[in-house]
Amino acid sequence: MAMIRNRSRHRLVAYSLILPFVAIFALVFAYPVIEVVRMSFTDAPLIGGGDWVGFDNYARLLSDKLFYKSLVNNGYFVLLTVIPTTVIALVIALAVNRLSGRMQALALVLFFMPYVLPVSVVTQIWAWMLDFQFGILQPVIEFFTGKPVPVFKNPFWVMPAVAVVTIWWTNGFNVLLFLAGLRNIPEELYEAAKLDGATRRQLFLRVTWPLLWPVTALVLTLQLILQLKIFDQVYLLSEGGPFNSSYVLLLMVYREAFQLNHGGYAAAISLVLFLIIVVISVLQFQILRIGGKDK
Amino acid sequence: MTRQRRFENLALTAITLLAGLIWIFPLYWAFVTSIRSENRVVSEAAGLLPDEFNLSSYVDALFNTSLIDWYINSIGTSVIITAVVLLTGMMCAYALSQMEFPGRRLLYGIVLASFMVPAQALVVPQFVLMNDLDLINRWGGIILPQLVVPVVIIVYKQFFDAVPKEMKEAVVLDGGGDYTLLFKVYLPLNWGITTALGIITFIMSWNAFLWPFLVITTEDMMTIPVGITQVNDAFGVAYARIMSVALLAAAPVVIAYLIFQKRVTEAVMISSGVKG
Repeated sequence: MAMIRNRSRHRLVAYSLILPFVAIFALVFAYPVIEVVRMSFTDAPLIGGGDWVGFDNYARLLSDKLFYKSLVNNGYFVLLTVIPTTVIALVIALAVNRLSGRMQALALVLFFMPYVLPVSVVTQIWAWMLDFQFGILQPVIEFFTGKPVPVFKNPFWVMPAVAVVTIWWTNGFNVLLFLAGLRNIPEELYEAAKLDGATRRQLFLRVTWPLLWPVTALVLTLQLILQLKIFDQVYLLSEGGPFNSSYVLLLMVYREAFQLNHGGYAAAISLVLFLIIVVISVLQFQILRIGGKDK
Repeated sequence: MTRQRRFENLALTAITLLAGLIWIFPLYWAFVTSIRSENRVVSEAAGLLPDEFNLSSYVDALFNTSLIDWYINSIGTSVIITAVVLLTGMMCAYALSQMEFPGRRLLYGIVLASFMVPAQALVVPQFVLMNDLDLINRWGGIILPQLVVPVVIIVYKQFFDAVPKEMKEAVVLDGGGDYTLLFKVYLPLNWGITTALGIITFIMSWNAFLWPFLVITTEDMMTIPVGITQVNDAFGVAYARIMSVALLAAAPVVIAYLIFQKRVTEAVMISSGVKG
């Protein structure tokens, strides 16, 4: 009897410990997940009811040119950021890792600092640096193209420019992950390889790279998911323009829901993005893990 | 050999630091711009080095914009978010790690799965919810959706799992319950990870843009990252002022980072799972 009372008391204590999180989670996370699905089948405005319309929103999506444009732009942005930032971060991490104590800390601060800045601070600094008339980087652009370019108002340059800003802003995070990965590689492995007469090239290709693969996979996955969710930088730097050349899915969600008052349609777009991210993250993780096992 | 090696190391250090300085150049340039007068900023003669020490745009930024309001909103909401996220996270993680109850595995599964859900995909229903709760343009509206940070639970659980069971015994013999255990044993043993998680949660909420941007529409309720974008709209092109505002907005997180560098580094490594 006492045991049973004890056990139910134990459970009660456990439930009281999880209750605050579970309550908040249910209210602002689980309920919205269900709601976003439900709303996507209605013609609801942002605020207020709406009627069940079945798959109408999805049918509309399939014939919405802007939706395809956004999808393509999302993909293009991923291409412009994910692999470049991974390579840059790896190179920086390899260099920083070879520095000694204090110098290493200093170098790390320099490369990581942008990551802690609010996005709007980052975009304002870069908007100034790339200002058409007075931007300090315009001479550099002029050097390569022969004339100054208003990068955020130019359909060709806007996405690469946003990509550069994004890489500058978030790269420090990836450097840290690679650095952690490098520190996890046991020193003895290098020593053993050196005794066997391995060259530096071989050290990197046979020891560092294979052992760093799990971290590389992690960086690639995290970046892919992060960059698919791009909104802030595009909104702040180009508002999706010019001529929708930097329009992306989340911008579409924002415009449909908060400017055009199409809550149901925006929910459908959100859900598509949601599914893309879940599918890709599961798939990519599996693929990368298999790739890692072969090596 | 050793001499050549030393030279190589020196060269590598120099090149890496130089690259680092180039990397950080945009921040330097923002600073140089911010201490110039607006005329100097756009003049042909202005070079790369600081040549003026003019704080008028900082004075302007502080007194002619709502920057002070935005600071208060950002500090208030970020502190509350950090405190609640840590407290609810450690409680939940303790139960998951140290206690037996029906639904435990399900709960942990949900926590892990929610990791994959992009919060940005939920903004529409979340906005509707905040509207129903009458929290639009209020701190509560900014705070509530930012309180779910599953990674805090996952990290805490790992650390609680690693606490040796013997640490429990003394407290249990004294008749202490699980709350005593959590706050008198498990938490003090994990202050390091608590500060680390606290710092990144704070930086994350300080820097949050999309959600506060949606839920706040009146200028005096905006947080720093949203508010500073108003300065452009209001004053047109005035880069000295825009850079001053941007640097003032970044100052708290930059200073926090410089003070707690090691902890931030550690927190990023631990919360992404590359270091346990």
